[in-house]
Amino acid sequence: MEARSYIGVPVRRVEDRRFVTGQGRYTDDIVLPGMLYAWIVRSPHAHARIRAIHTEKARQHPGVVAVFTGKDMLDDGVGSLPTGWQIGSDMKEPPHYALAVDKVRYVGDGVAVVIAETKAAARDAADLVEVDYEELPAVVDAAEALKEGAPLVHDEAPGNLCYVWELGDREATDRALATAHHITKLEFVNQRLIPNAIEPRSAIGHYDPGRDELTLYTSSQNPHLIRLLLSAFVLKVPEHKVRVISPDVGGGFGSKIFHYPEEVICAWSSRKLGRPVKWTAARSESFMSDAHGRDHITTAEMGFDRDGRIVGLRVRTIANLGAYLSTFAPGVPTWLYGTLLAGQYKTPHIHVEVKGVFTNTTPVDAYRGAGRPEATYVVERLVDLAAHEMGIDPAELRRRNFIQPDEFPYQTPVVLQYDSGNYEGALNKVLEMADYEKLRAEQKRAREEGRLIGIGLSCYIEACGLAPSKVAGAIGVRAGLYESAAIRVMPTGKVQVFTGTHSHGQGHETTFAQIVAHELGIPLEDVEVVHGDTAEIPFGMGTYGSRSLATGGSAIYRALEKIKAKARKIAAHKLEVAEEDLEFRNGQFIVKGTDRAIGFGDIALTAYVPHDYPDDLEPGLEENAFYDPANFTFPFGAHLSVVEVDPDTGKVKLLRYLAVDDVGRIINPMIVEGQIHGGVAQGVGQALLEGAVYDRSSGQLLTGSFLDYALPRADDLPSFEVGHQETPCPHNPLGAKGAGEAGTIAATACVVNAVIDALYHLGVRDLPMPLTPERVWRAMRGLPTDGAAS
Amino acid sequence: MIPQTFAYKKAHTIDEALALLRAHGDDAKLLAGGHSLIPLMKLRLSTPELLIDIGGIRELTEIREQDGRIELGALVTHRMIEFSTLLKQKCPVLPEAAALIGDPQVRNKGTIGGSLAHADPAADYPAVMLALDAEIEATGPDGSRTIAAREFFQGLFTTALRPDEMLTRVRVPAMPPRSGAAYLKFPNPASRYAVVGVAAFVKLAPDDTCAEVRIGITGAAPAAFRATRAEEQLVGRAIDDRTLTAALEDLVDPDDLLSDLAATAEYRAHLCHVLTRRALRQAAERAHS
Repeated sequence: MEARSYIGVPVRRVEDRRFVTGQGRYTDDIVLPGMLYAWIVRSPHAHARIRAIHTEKARQHPGVVAVFTGKDMLDDGVGSLPTGWQIGSDMKEPPHYALAVDKVRYVGDGVAVVIAETKAAARDAADLVEVDYEELPAVVDAAEALKEGAPLVHDEAPGNLCYVWELGDREATDRALATAHHITKLEFVNQRLIPNAIEPRSAIGHYDPGRDELTLYTSSQNPHLIRLLLSAFVLKVPEHKVRVISPDVGGGFGSKIFHYPEEVICAWSSRKLGRPVKWTAARSESFMSDAHGRDHITTAEMGFDRDGRIVGLRVRTIANLGAYLSTFAPGVPTWLYGTLLAGQYKTPHIHVEVKGVFTNTTPVDAYRGAGRPEATYVVERLVDLAAHEMGIDPAELRRRNFIQPDEFPYQTPVVLQYDSGNYEGALNKVLEMADYEKLRAEQKRAREEGRLIGIGLSCYIEACGLAPSKVAGAIGVRAGLYESAAIRVMPTGKVQVFTGTHSHGQGHETTFAQIVAHELGIPLEDVEVVHGDTAEIPFGMGTYGSRSLATGGSAIYRALEKIKAKARKIAAHKLEVAEEDLEFRNGQFIVKGTDRAIGFGDIALTAYVPHDYPDDLEPGLEENAFYDPANFTFPFGAHLSVVEVDPDTGKVKLLRYLAVDDVGRIINPMIVEGQIHGGVAQGVGQALLEGAVYDRSSGQLLTGSFLDYALPRADDLPSFEVGHQETPCPHNPLGAKGAGEAGTIAATACVVNAVIDALYHLGVRDLPMPLTPERVWRAMRGLPTDGAAS
Repeated sequence: MIPQTFAYKKAHTIDEALALLRAHGDDAKLLAGGHSLIPLMKLRLSTPELLIDIGGIRELTEIREQDGRIELGALVTHRMIEFSTLLKQKCPVLPEAAALIGDPQVRNKGTIGGSLAHADPAADYPAVMLALDAEIEATGPDGSRTIAAREFFQGLFTTALRPDEMLTRVRVPAMPPRSGAAYLKFPNPASRYAVVGVAAFVKLAPDDTCAEVRIGITGAAPAAFRATRAEEQLVGRAIDDRTLTAALEDLVDPDDLLSDLAATAEYRAHLCHVLTRRALRQAAERAHS
């Protein structure tokens, strides 16, 4: 009998029962005895000096226990929120205090916290805090911020410049472009996005004076990192006296990786007051205080030879970092962006220069894809536009430039060494699924009838499975990016798996359990995955960058190898044979060529009741492993979309969306498909709907609610057609690459390419995102789109 | 997220509600479905001291036919309108418009009276009320009076209701023979309110020319309005491309229209043209069949 396989099987997600029946337990669901509620007084101004804060009236409000300001925290020795990524030795790192001390620098910057017996009392009293502001001129646009005489966000950063970063060979690239047969140039904005996880951020600080221990519950993707930053850098208390728990977390998309002011405020004020303190964001606070994503201004030129082969790529980007450096902000528009500019193509020369800029806006950091969607947008828009300009079919131009399957490992001119891939294979598959030739014929016929149909492609690559720690160190990450796991086999043979990654929608409780059940030959129900508590899990680097399966899953695999090795010793002893005479199959160690066997359950029991046991072996069956990947993983794929533009109104309708992704070995195809769907929806959102808009003079966030910020909804999207190609990752034991970001990385360029394809014959070669009906309508009529509403 | 503290009283009859309204004046707000008022209160943009809950006044929850008109109580929900067999038969454009409001949760709670009295410039009903020449019944201390839809919408969140009155009923005509109506909405991608919404009513003469026509436009301006200039051009003419092009030339003046994040006045003016043209064609087709 073959062992029941759990690999490649669409097992129903075990966590969903509690989620869909409302039994999930999120931070805001937790109520502790004596708990107080915090409300944060936020700046209504984008830039202002704080002359004075009058808190007396608020303190006297019934139910109010305390009102604290930034100065109270500073006087108590609370430090600045640190930055986890250094870009160059000259990077400017102005302090970022949990509550502003002398100046506010964006609308939503915290200035005081009111703590009361009820949330309503805290909210009411917050209106009684009087802040005397001296308003200052504000700057929200990164290009404006670099101009002479622009308002200065931080005295420590002259010209608002945080850093200048470059990668690649400037001179060789300039030379290549100077002699190119054709150059395609684009100047565009990759607009700012607001992540909008369904669960607003929430934190509870709970200080236990008897034990001098602090517990922080927080809606975080990254509990161990939060513990490290909070204890060692901000509160300066011993790390072992701090426990961070991230219970069920309702989505993050990157925005919950970072260490936020509210975590510090709740933790510190609980220590001051000796009672638990909870804060949960109102949705309007989420809009202005969750780290935003993207916000690049880019000029990019791609040169081609006579045959349509890429000879060079030059990219200049101004990246808006917001008012303060969020935890990983500096690395996102640099290393996670510039290194991906080769895309799937043999581009001999690339040079990229990025200026990181402070503005009076919400901090910007990683958002699903983090730098890689921006890089894909540069490359895939340029290739597609070049195809139109040179009169070559967009699929054909890509084919002429693909790195070929026999050219791996492939060293790009921008650091990365791709380990594997079959780019043309993925493209061919998606073209076949779509019946590309027929689509083109339909497009032609539709155009004759006055209908505007467009077909867009996007062939993307991403570097994920973050990340080899040595490389991380070399590129300025102030952390290792390995992952840890522990496997605890119990006397009854049930298994707990402790992972340092964190599931906030990805389905780890299912996928990881599948790996363990498969490897140990036990039922899935016998495996419990534990995550999100620093007191239970040895260590962890959290979940982001599509790393959980490739690094976290590999750590679990390594720990399982140790478990199996020890179990084999126990089995050999019990069966009185040599270890090498045993084979492990179906959850049993079997003496080769016989029917003598011992089951995994008996081995577990023996390990904990070691009456008859090897002399030189420790009792118990529990193993740890840390896994540091040898390289990034390189998922890739080819996506195709079909759109129709209403010639009267400019409204874009997405008719079809097809995705062929190679995410390596797949454990649970249903979960992977779900990740692709969600990722594509977010990428389509950026292309057609989403965009944060600040008022240029006042610095107010104009898209501060769902009334004005458009997220994609079900009726904005067609049913996705998803296909797979499976090229296992050659350097991790699972062969897994990661699937969480693929859809987002591909989809934005894919849909914009489709719309331009529909309109190119009308003279439209580019459009600012999101492609709102008004912008499309204006472009079709040759009117400037910058006069359009967003 | 948390409204300012307020008092709450439940009125069981129209008289009780009016008495409370009279006693508390500007400090009080009527609460029906709450789907406009409560969000404003949570953001503290509206801070009434007293909410008078009229949700329990049963006589205002009916849809009935009377003297060739359909009468809707102020508390009839969007969902009741969407699924009303009577309305689907006698005045189908109203259920069609109701189905475009918000989402099922909103439609289950929100009421026609609340929506009309709130007078959001981008709400859907006002365009339909104008095109149908609906009557709005207001009840005050001196009894009830009828306000024509075209008199009712006066400006941004402003109606002809007096502070001591409440909107009690709405009356729309049953569609006469050889008439048709349509409502087309260009939704804001975020809020799904109308960037522009156009309702058209067309009644054809025996020779298929336009005997009667009304165009109601919402979303475009601070208040919903009738496109009377275009209506005048259309009466007595067949609804075809040439007529439409000529009649709609002067449909709206962009200077009168709203400009916001969703659309400039220029684009709104264009949408008014496109949607009016489509709505008139659809209404005329329905009048034919």
